[in-house]
Amino acid sequence: MGGLWGKRERLAMLLLLLLALVAPFLVYPVFLMKGLCFALFASAFNLLLGYSGLLSFGHAMFFGFAAYVTAHMGKVWGVNPEWAILGGVVTAAALGLLTGWLAIRRTGIYFAMVTLAFAQMMYFVAIQAPFTHGEDGIQGVPRGRLFGFIDLGESLTLYYFVLLVFVASLWFLNRVVQSPFGQVLKAIRDNEQRAISLGYAVNRFKLLAFVLSAAFSGLAGSMKCQVFQLASLADVHWHSSGEVVLMTLLGGIGSLMGPAVGAFLVVSIENYFAEAGAWVTIIQGGIFVFCVLLFRAGIIGTLSQWLKGLYSGVGKA
Amino acid sequence: MAVAADYIVETRDLTKEFKGFTAVSGVSLRVRRHSIHALIGPNGAGKTTCFNLLTKFLVPTSGRIFFNQRDITHAQPAAVARLGMVRSFQISAVFSHLSVLENVRVALQRRRGGYFHFWRSDRILDQLNDQVMDLLQSVGMTGDVHRLAGELSYGRKRALEIATTLALDPEMLLLDEPMAGMSSEDVLLIAALIRRISANRTILMVEHNLNVVAELSDRISVLKQGRILAEGTYQEVSNNPEVVEAYMGSPDD
Ligand SMILES: Nc1ncnc2c1ncn2[C@@H]1O[C@H](COP(=O)(O)OP(=O)(O)OP(=O)(O)O)[C@@H](O)[C@H]1O
Ligand SMILES: [Mg+2]
Repeated sequence: MGGLWGKRERLAMLLLLLLALVAPFLVYPVFLMKGLCFALFASAFNLLLGYSGLLSFGHAMFFGFAAYVTAHMGKVWGVNPEWAILGGVVTAAALGLLTGWLAIRRTGIYFAMVTLAFAQMMYFVAIQAPFTHGEDGIQGVPRGRLFGFIDLGESLTLYYFVLLVFVASLWFLNRVVQSPFGQVLKAIRDNEQRAISLGYAVNRFKLLAFVLSAAFSGLAGSMKCQVFQLASLADVHWHSSGEVVLMTLLGGIGSLMGPAVGAFLVVSIENYFAEAGAWVTIIQGGIFVFCVLLFRAGIIGTLSQWLKGLYSGVGKA
Repeated sequence: MAVAADYIVETRDLTKEFKGFTAVSGVSLRVRRHSIHALIGPNGAGKTTCFNLLTKFLVPTSGRIFFNQRDITHAQPAAVARLGMVRSFQISAVFSHLSVLENVRVALQRRRGGYFHFWRSDRILDQLNDQVMDLLQSVGMTGDVHRLAGELSYGRKRALEIATTLALDPEMLLLDEPMAGMSSEDVLLIAALIRRISANRTILMVEHNLNVVAELSDRISVLKQGRILAEGTYQEVSNNPEVVEAYMGSPDD
């Protein structure tokens, strides 16, 4: 788990960043932005699953409700995007605090069930509440001007904004993992009883991790709303909660880039096989089964194990 | 109650039932401050359950527990640890995906504070590394600093666990079979360590190695089927016919 910032990794990161900078000239920017939003969502989810060992099955509520709030603030109140996004993040964090406070008293499958139950309740709220506009969702949200003067209507400008938010968030999430707090979190994940015996009130650490994860999931939802100018029921549906689990497991839990890679993979599959209709789900399922069987530790996890083996092999020769 | 202050831990009629089965039954135990007190008895006698009750990992069915004259019967386990009574586990408990250094440091971090700082780099924890090295030195583990704890042998894990427990500088340590699975060299090292740290601390320990118990303990309580069978010095206890019978009667010892 350590050595995230070795020389090789640093170089790989730099190359990825360069690639991301030129990517919109090669690939359709909206597709890239969608990928980045889900990559952020999966990375936020990974903070909880990979570093706290908590499997939430209700993260769609943070993603989806942040999108609703951003859409409402941007469209009805007409505030600048930065405030609309902040509103979404704060909403998600508050929801996370409430859900987390009740869910962390349970562990394992019961934890997942409490989060799912909450998400279903919020889905019901989304159907019933007038401000979400039921089946229609909130459409035609203006992209607006960032800080009042940067026009996000420009697709390229928007792309670089989304990229900046993604990179900054990933940096921050990585910092959380490699902070004094992150150390205790990893200890709790490894052996909760021992952490308690050292005098740590473990539930507070889990709750903070949950709230941080919810807040960044919210940020992802708000950014997606910013890109697609839409907040809809699809984002709060349990299907979204399942998808983020899939992305994270596919890419590899407990690694920095794993969940992002998983997210891009899933989004690409959906895009590529869009015409295949219902077959998308089956193809996705097939690829998932294939990856799980082939890459035990997720794509990134297995790749780095393989590289490590390769390099140590070279070292011995 | 002038004598009360001489005892750091006191239980009154401590009882724990598991679905009708009484694992600990009316145990009234007093541990003298700055002593090494051993809890021995055949397998299944209720020694680990006693530890779980004292450190609040289990809630007693009835009875009371006092630590430094303070009633902790209803305290939370993490709070008991912060009061200064820290336990180790019978089944070695290390943080297997953390390095040896990080294992000890997590304990030091608790005393240092700032453990909710999620926005700071963990490099500030490097200040603690000297202390970590001293602690690892005391259990003879300076060679393993950067290994993952999960990769260590069983005996090394136990030693690491002791170093981690000591990092909290607790007033009282509860050690559950600290030497199980250790090489005979390590047993000597850890026995000497326990003696050394007992100078200004209290130690309650469960140990099956009777040589170690005889050598280290100031006082011994013998538990059988959840009850205290006998109590006294090693001399007194080992001459007690009931104790001899309890041990002869058990297939393991
Ligand atoms: N959580 C539990 N639920 C039910 N029974 C339990 C539980 N924990 C312990 N027991 C039972 O209580 C009795 C005492 O167990 P305990 O672990 O305290 O024994 P011990 O003296 O530590 O034995 P050993 O020397 O083998 O470690 C045993 O019969 C055990 O099966
Ligand atoms: Mg035991």
